Amino acid sequence: MLYRENGQFKTSYRADLQIFPIAQDRIAIVALLAVAFVVVPLVADQYYLRAILIPFLILSLAALGLNVLVGYCGQISLGTGAFMAVGAYAAYNFFIRVDGMPMLAAVLLGGLCATAVGVVFGIPSLRIKGLYLAVATLAAQFFVDWAFLRITWFTNDAPSGSVGVRNLSVFGLPIESPVQKYLFTLTVVVVFALLVKNLVRSAIGREWMAIRDMDVAAAVIGIRPVYAKLTAFAVSSFVVGVAGALWGFIYLGSWEPAAFSIDRSFQLLFMIIIGGLGSIMGSFFGAAFIVLLPIFLDQALPALGTAVGLRLDTAFVSHVTIMIFGALIVFFLIVEPHGIARLWSTGKEKLRLWPFPH
Amino acid sequence: MKFKSLAIAAAIAVGGAALTSGPAFAQAKDQYIPVLSYRTGAYAPNGTPWANGYVDYLKFVNAKGGLNGVKIVWEECDTQYDTAKGVECYERLKGKYGGASLVQTLSTGITFAVTEKAPQDKIPIITAGYGRSDSQDGTVFPWNFPLAGHYWVAADVLVQHIAKQEGGWDKLKGKKIALVYHDSPYGKEPIPMLQERAKMHGFEVQLLPVTHPGVEQKATWLQIRQNRPDYVFLWGWGVMNSVALKEAVATGYPRDKMYGVWWAAAEPDVKDVGEGAKGYHGLAMQHGAHPNAKITKDILEAVHGKGQGTGPKEEVGSVLYMRGAMSAMLGIEGIKRAQERYGKGKVMTGEQVRWGLENLALDQKKLEALGFNEVMRPVSTSCVDHMGPAYARIHTWDGSKWAFTSDWYQADESVLKPMVKASAAKYAAEKKITPRSPADCQA
Repeated sequence: MLYRENGQFKTSYRADLQIFPIAQDRIAIVALLAVAFVVVPLVADQYYLRAILIPFLILSLAALGLNVLVGYCGQISLGTGAFMAVGAYAAYNFFIRVDGMPMLAAVLLGGLCATAVGVVFGIPSLRIKGLYLAVATLAAQFFVDWAFLRITWFTNDAPSGSVGVRNLSVFGLPIESPVQKYLFTLTVVVVFALLVKNLVRSAIGREWMAIRDMDVAAAVIGIRPVYAKLTAFAVSSFVVGVAGALWGFIYLGSWEPAAFSIDRSFQLLFMIIIGGLGSIMGSFFGAAFIVLLPIFLDQALPALGTAVGLRLDTAFVSHVTIMIFGALIVFFLIVEPHGIARLWSTGKEKLRLWPFPH
Repeated sequence: MKFKSLAIAAAIAVGGAALTSGPAFAQAKDQYIPVLSYRTGAYAPNGTPWANGYVDYLKFVNAKGGLNGVKIVWEECDTQYDTAKGVECYERLKGKYGGASLVQTLSTGITFAVTEKAPQDKIPIITAGYGRSDSQDGTVFPWNFPLAGHYWVAADVLVQHIAKQEGGWDKLKGKKIALVYHDSPYGKEPIPMLQERAKMHGFEVQLLPVTHPGVEQKATWLQIRQNRPDYVFLWGWGVMNSVALKEAVATGYPRDKMYGVWWAAAEPDVKDVGEGAKGYHGLAMQHGAHPNAKITKDILEAVHGKGQGTGPKEEVGSVLYMRGAMSAMLGIEGIKRAQERYGKGKVMTGEQVRWGLENLALDQKKLEALGFNEVMRPVSTSCVDHMGPAYARIHTWDGSKWAFTSDWYQADESVLKPMVKASAAKYAAEKKITPRSPADCQA
């Protein structure tokens, strides 16, 4: 009833090929962007902006990058943390060593350095697949961890190995307050989401999906695996590198290599598995699940405890959060192995028929 | 179907509870202190007694009438020694109850991250015995307070003690000292001071990093067995310490040649190893284990006696418990000092507490009144020096308890001050901060 396409006729190919062909979808997206850009900065308090929305946005960008590689091109990668680290440290070095380097340029150049590293570590993908490729990318993770710990040039010879940035600005506008940081991050994420969505709808995206589904058949019909796989690694690493630079610059402010450890790689992989492989929306859903749920449980459990009359100590809350989180992951994978994005699209399908049951 | 509706109902209940229980209203009658601690994770065995000591001292102050009538209210958040989680905890807690008056991060990594945020939030960071060593320079780091000691002091005191053992600074020439350190900002902090001293006196420093969480040390200790350094300095935390001692036993390295920094010389580190750790020396920053100090007895009576103790009674007086209590005491004294200027009996803001922490003057008489007489030496701070005269001594594990085995040491100012100044100046240049002038300090 609400979600019908009746009466929406397209009169040009351009209209037919747009990302959101259904008018209700377009209205919903415009409303969502309006809420995100206008309402949230006015209404949300500092804590929600700084500690919940900004990490959620940055990690969903990273998940988006990883989804390009794992979900669309089918190349398993356990080295995402490494590419985030390369992006962050490269951006830091450009920012610190080049006088007057604008922050946005530093972040993008950091992404390009991550691209170069990503392509280098993607070369094994031309010969090995699946679990073995996962191990090769794991090597990338450990190598990059080691490099940023031992090669002091990368950390500007800081004795403690910790680096930090300050006085960020974009086109003359300062990026200091939580609202400014949030709007900047949101803009970057929206632009990149649009770019990636268009990439996966285009010829290169179809090449990636062909490689994912049946790489031998793809090679037979003339898709060059070298080109497809390496471009997947390149685009994915660029997006992940930019996300890493944002994570260091905008969210943490001051970071050490442990911020991009193997745990981060696993976290991103879980995000896209639970959110939905091969889906742009899935990256956002997965990031929301993995980032927001533990924080929500951390706050809800003591509240629930006081409601029942128990005073729960922080160790208990920490442990129960981890248990519930794990149980929910198992539950989700049983109920919907294709991820939350599939649940969402199933919901939309049912909404098209609602309220008629046939 | 019944399960589904039950699940939905539970989700709504939990969601409602979470949304309705926001931070309590800003009760301007209470002084709010957020407590960033870790009671879970690889560092929990050491973080838990510290947190218990900290919270017990806050309860003790409240039991004795608060700060000239102002009660303290606190909230704990579990950081698991992870920087990102620590930042999230800091952001969550800093705005509650009308705003935090000070924060102690209990992690050098989290200190680095929060140092970037605290100046805008106007919340002083106390890093008693950890944090950035160059934050001693109050003109560049107006909001950081490494009270009572930091890692350059620790490294310097250890080298002084070794020199004394050997019979003079000249006897250090040609000796080998291995630093087994946690591969994090915490573990790397002492390296500049050790290298400076090595240059000055001609001994060799061997750096042996151990990756978090520090359970894998076989390779490290085999290297030590090969190289046979004269001394080993242990800069570990959490399970890394007890694993290091067990590996030392396994490879036969004499424990009486091992010196642990004050975070690597506490009961959780040696209890598992027991007799094997006998002879292991630790650095005691101001305090060690004080089961008989006045403050220990006071807390046992006023807090544990009323059933309000945060942890087990047996823990009161142990090394890390005392450090937590001492850290809490330094923060409380900072607030009291601020009250002397800005109004006794009033709740202090972060800026006012910062002034108080900058003008601490805890002499031996005051410490005696607080019950910390045998525990500490005087601490006094100023605008340019946020640490004060840092005292340390050596204590040794005799198989069942820690006993002091040396006199009081202080860091050599002629070596320490130039290093702090240089490092702080580098930070100021990198971050484009103008250091405060002494005229600003009176503000």
